[in-house]
Amino acid sequence: MADEQLTLPSPTGEAAFVVDLKAFSGPLDLLLSLIREEQLDIYDIPIARIAEQFLARIRTLGLNDAADYLEMAARLLRIKAQMLLPRGEEEAWEDPRAELVRRLLEYQQMREVVDLLERRGEERRNQFARTFVPPDAPPPPAPLALSLSELLAAVDRVLRAARRPNVHDVVSRPLNVPGAVAIIRDLLQLRARVLWTEIVNRDAEPSFVLSTLLGLLELAKLGELRVHQPKPFANVEIERDAAGEAA
Amino acid sequence: MTPLAKLLEAALFASAHPIPLAELAELDPEAPLAAVTAALEELREHYNVDGHGVELVELGGGWQILTRAEYTEAIERAQLASRPQRLSAAALETLAIIAYRQPIGRAEIEEIRGVNVGGVLKSLHERGLIEVTGRSEGVGRPLQYGTTPLFLEHFALRHLQELPRADELAIALRAEPTPVE
Repeated sequence: MADEQLTLPSPTGEAAFVVDLKAFSGPLDLLLSLIREEQLDIYDIPIARIAEQFLARIRTLGLNDAADYLEMAARLLRIKAQMLLPRGEEEAWEDPRAELVRRLLEYQQMREVVDLLERRGEERRNQFARTFVPPDAPPPPAPLALSLSELLAAVDRVLRAARRPNVHDVVSRPLNVPGAVAIIRDLLQLRARVLWTEIVNRDAEPSFVLSTLLGLLELAKLGELRVHQPKPFANVEIERDAAGEAA
Repeated sequence: MTPLAKLLEAALFASAHPIPLAELAELDPEAPLAAVTAALEELREHYNVDGHGVELVELGGGWQILTRAEYTEAIERAQLASRPQRLSAAALETLAIIAYRQPIGRAEIEEIRGVNVGGVLKSLHERGLIEVTGRSEGVGRPLQYGTTPLFLEHFALRHLQELPRADELAIALRAEPTPVE
């Protein structure tokens, strides 16, 4: 109640006037209602007085609803402060209330449209049109009439279809051992000693690697060359076997 | 009644929504537009003069047969139909702003109303009274809203131009308030 004493004394005694803020649709609505109540000139609002009253009204607000009103309260207080600033005699004075007045008028204008819409809407609301009846949904399908043998036949068909899995056919590339043998023989004719990595590139195809390996073993068996690896994982050395060659 | 008026009556009776004049004209390709308009007038007169329980109303960009307001109570009491819920003050204010300023974004509506309008926009959209008309070129390309044909229907407006022009409203919005002496 101490807060109420902050409001300016008024002959109409509006301190006893209980206002439900839920009845207002926003801070501008509350402000307009205050201006109407006090019969103030919208173009010359006594800002200090209206700010006090505005603050008094929103004291009852819960924090959740208050945000919109607090913004307006801050705006009013700022205008009030600006009004107190001394103004020069000559320089053009811009009324700090101008923007607020513009918004209030805009809001008031919108409220007039609201009245019109409300009236028209209420008229229309009291008349019924033909209501839209959605077309009947298609009836649910009839229950299945199915014998056991038919069901089993169907299962059989499904299984038959499922039994042919879609597997990729892998075409094996045939190993070309005679080709590899020819290459090794050609190399050994040119040089007495060849390293494995000289025959088989790092990026050689697996089929070529295998063909070469088999060719090597074949030639070693025939005694045309000797294969030697100094230590595990070391490069394989291939040497012409003079004895075999002679044979 | 002329055969054309009867044809229109049947079509209007069958439809749940207002039928635009162009669609009514398609009912009889032979009939010129003037004849259709005349037939509509004939039907309206027929309902009014002979004292029918329904009337022919032009709204929402078309024509519709509506029950007369005096029977609303009885119809509702018998639970044959029920009136739609009234719109809240917040919803009406938001609609009024959108109707006049469309296309308009949420921030501008909030500027005029002085409150947050997110929830109201959502419910108006759900009721089909407003629609998203696009995005503005502004920062963040915010959504822009406009009214729908259902809006016109809801407020028994023939078209948006039926709303009073801004300068016809009692308090004209002045670009510059009168300077304080």
